[in-house]
Amino acid sequence: MPNVAVNPTRMELTRLKGKLRTAQRGHKLLKDKRDELMKQFLETVREVRALRAEVEDELMKVHGSFTVASALMSSQALEQALLYPKQSVELTMTFQNIMSVNVPVYDFQTKSKSDADIYPYGFAATSGELDAAVDALGHVFRKMLKLAQIEKSAQLMAEEIEKTRRRVNALEYVKIPEMQESIKYITMKLEENERANTIRLMKVKDMVLKDAIEERRRRDAEAMGS
Amino acid sequence: MAATYSIAVVGDWESVMGFRALGLDTHPVSSPEQAREEIRSLAKTDCAVIYLTETLAKALPDVLDRYKDELRPAIILIPGREGSLGIGKENIQRAIERAVGADIL
Repeated sequence: MPNVAVNPTRMELTRLKGKLRTAQRGHKLLKDKRDELMKQFLETVREVRALRAEVEDELMKVHGSFTVASALMSSQALEQALLYPKQSVELTMTFQNIMSVNVPVYDFQTKSKSDADIYPYGFAATSGELDAAVDALGHVFRKMLKLAQIEKSAQLMAEEIEKTRRRVNALEYVKIPEMQESIKYITMKLEENERANTIRLMKVKDMVLKDAIEERRRRDAEAMGS
Repeated sequence: MAATYSIAVVGDWESVMGFRALGLDTHPVSSPEQAREEIRSLAKTDCAVIYLTETLAKALPDVLDRYKDELRPAIILIPGREGSLGIGKENIQRAIERAVGADIL
């Protein structure tokens, strides 16, 4: 018996039945939500993996170029060259709602419009390798931002899926069976009461009948005797 | 609500210097403790994305966990100079395990 504390009354039964209906509908909805989230999540994850591999690859190349550049230039000169950026980036963040999960959508604006004009230094004192490195980095950066967006989305979605999964399981394996069990218990108890009542009525009827018959017999016997 | 945010790069000096040319906020740090402080203060400001080198991330798993479920900032791992350590990929894997309950891919 799962819940002995439950009152076997009709009112309780109606209440429980309502609760069960709600729980079942909630369970179905949550299950749908989980499935759809999972579908989107797996898509996102696939994208993240591909993009991450790309970004890591390209970044390593960029690091390579920077290493070459720093080999060709003194570290002070390099630091000086990169010290004051000409370009500046501003990020705007909006939100997109995927199945009740708020995921960020990043968009960035650069201050100078053309990509060719991002070198914050004169060309005279720096090596060509540095130009190539900065250029490549500017290229990777777009991908990095996209990566940031979808990776964060994936993390947030993972959290939501975990929550939804727990809720679905709690409903499916604990809440709903518990309620069904209680409903069964109340129904059985009520039926039992009903039967007990019927039997009682039959017994009473028997007793009344017996009394009536005896009374009639007694009267008949009196009538015969007199 | 499209406010403007900044993008930060936290890592050792060699790894982050290039990003300065792009106009990102670079925060060169030399130790994980310094990086932890840096990320904490960045999270309080209007910073939406923090790129962190994997070398540092390896020493700061608690920081990553702390901001994992927050909308902002997004901490994204990038390979540092030493090359990719695979932590970024591992994190995706962990996210999958968390969502599915098992490793399915």
